[in-house]
Amino acid sequence: MTRIGRMFERARQQGRGVFIPYVTLGDPDLETSRRVVLELEAAGADLIELGVPFSDPLADGPVIQRATERALARGFTLEKGLAMVADLRRHTQVPLLLFSYYNPLFAYGFERLVSAARQRGIDGFLITDLSVEEAEGPLAVLRAAGLDSVFLAAPTSTDERIRKIAAYSSGFIYAVSRTGVTGARKSLSGEVESLIRRIRSQTSLPVAVGFGVSEPDHLRQVWSRAEGAVVGSAIVGCIERNMGQPDLAQRVGEFARWLKGGC
Amino acid sequence: MGNMAQIPDSRGHFGPYGGKFVPETLMHPLEELEAAYLEARRDPGFQSDLDGLLRDYSGRPTPLSRADRLSKHLGGATVYLKREDLNHTGAHKINNCLGQGLLAKRMGKKRVIAETGAGQHGVATATVCALLDLECEVYMGEEDMRRQALNVFRMRLLGARVHGVSSGSQTLKDAINEAIRDWVTNVRSTYYLIGSVLSAHPYPMMVRDFQSVIGKEAREQILEREGRLPHTLVACVGGGSNAIGLFHAFLEDETVAMVGVEAGGRGSNLGEHAARFSGGKPGILQGTYSYVLQDEDGQIAKTHSISAGLDYASVGPEHAFLRDQGRIRYTSATDEETLAALHLLSRTEGIVSALESAHAVAEVMRMAPGLREEDLLLVNLSGRGDKDVQTVAAADSE
Repeated sequence: MTRIGRMFERARQQGRGVFIPYVTLGDPDLETSRRVVLELEAAGADLIELGVPFSDPLADGPVIQRATERALARGFTLEKGLAMVADLRRHTQVPLLLFSYYNPLFAYGFERLVSAARQRGIDGFLITDLSVEEAEGPLAVLRAAGLDSVFLAAPTSTDERIRKIAAYSSGFIYAVSRTGVTGARKSLSGEVESLIRRIRSQTSLPVAVGFGVSEPDHLRQVWSRAEGAVVGSAIVGCIERNMGQPDLAQRVGEFARWLKGGC
Repeated sequence: MGNMAQIPDSRGHFGPYGGKFVPETLMHPLEELEAAYLEARRDPGFQSDLDGLLRDYSGRPTPLSRADRLSKHLGGATVYLKREDLNHTGAHKINNCLGQGLLAKRMGKKRVIAETGAGQHGVATATVCALLDLECEVYMGEEDMRRQALNVFRMRLLGARVHGVSSGSQTLKDAINEAIRDWVTNVRSTYYLIGSVLSAHPYPMMVRDFQSVIGKEAREQILEREGRLPHTLVACVGGGSNAIGLFHAFLEDETVAMVGVEAGGRGSNLGEHAARFSGGKPGILQGTYSYVLQDEDGQIAKTHSISAGLDYASVGPEHAFLRDQGRIRYTSATDEETLAALHLLSRTEGIVSALESAHAVAEVMRMAPGLREEDLLLVNLSGRGDKDVQTVAAADSE
């Protein structure tokens, strides 16, 4: 079992929900990202999604778009990002999931990337614009390397699609809470409940819910139905609000504690 | 040559290119769209509705004009112009919009969104939406809104809402990102009417099919007029819909050469042009695998062209395939060559073409003198130039 699988198993035995924050790598620079990841772990993050910036993030709302622009303006490259991950791995064993669009990964050379990422301590990949239809090759590379492949399931996915998504996924399945791009919302969509039910009928893999999860209440709602809750734009928004503050990472840690504990 | 006209395969692949690279939320809607389109394509009622609109509303067939004064001036090949500029709304874009508009209606969608670069596709979409009683919203980069202000006004006159896009380079690529974000949010109620042979399957196939009327007509017209096939077809290539529309009917005619003309812009460095085949490499952008202008890290490059309609970092996947097969040759024309071509065509033939189409004319200026009078050069004059008059005036005074 992978680091991700073991973490979900441990949380299940402890009867608690899994907290998955997202950080855009290099926003605003890699040293800040490194500190934020360590603070998030200290605040109780069970798994951290590391977003590889891409110039054309068509599945993302304005908050993550701006984070992407900041990171690219400061000269982010995948090579530098992976070096930072290697450094992180000297300090933490928290599971790390690389999250991106396919082109920057493809341009690096996907096989070469997976091998480098595994060496540096990445546990799995989620590629948001890689449909299961196009995933055969990349999936084989990930499996050969023993890394997890996480695919998205959406409210618009048919049962037939969910079956294929489940077959291609390992570690967990990422349930998209609503149709739309990433971004904080006041309330969670009602669509997600039936989606989780439909995923359950196809697989025993853990399910994590993301898109719009941005308040303590949302996390508790998600945890009453699914194993994990992913918080992206709310965390990135917190980084943005605290830009330039010397204690930015600590503040993000506090925000994560508030989200997780709700007080 | 094989069965080049029989692509893509059932998964939308043109050789290695094409496919479906979009977030999962859009995957089933694409399956529904493909099923609806394939059913419509088999339905003689759909085809006759479309044929009726193409004839009675857009004015097809468009003429094939022999450009005697231009040919004489260049001294060599005999040049023919396929007059897509004479379509209603002034460009070939309407062919595809009428087809997809009827399909949106048939699928019961009430709201249509579109992206636009030069504004020609936006105008054609707004036009068809007015005609078919569909709500219309168009995404357009703010840089393009400045250089194509006339078309913004036309879209608004036609009842469309035009959303300015201020992210990235504020051109076509950014407008597509915003349109996809809208679609992924409102996917159940909304039809995304894509304007070129781009994005995920089935769009490159469907848009090609709707545009292939250009080549079917042109082939018949040239055979009727000259009793033989052209030596070479020439068309500009942004996403590549007017080019594939002209070329497709001739793919099996082995003697007919084809040239696609990309935007050479103002230089050969990354960021100064939109010549994907000379300056790009295969990659994934906005739903499809094709040639993409990008840096070493896979970040999409900025592009430049005097013509908003060619100013895009990727190209239709079928073009990538036909290029690798060696069936089509791709070249580029610079901003300067394009302006010279626009002027020459205006003065010799009395036709002010769009800057996009003038790229094809620029290639004709290079090719024609090396050919003989009996060699027929057939150029797709994809659009008229009213929208570009200010841009041309500004460039001339520089």
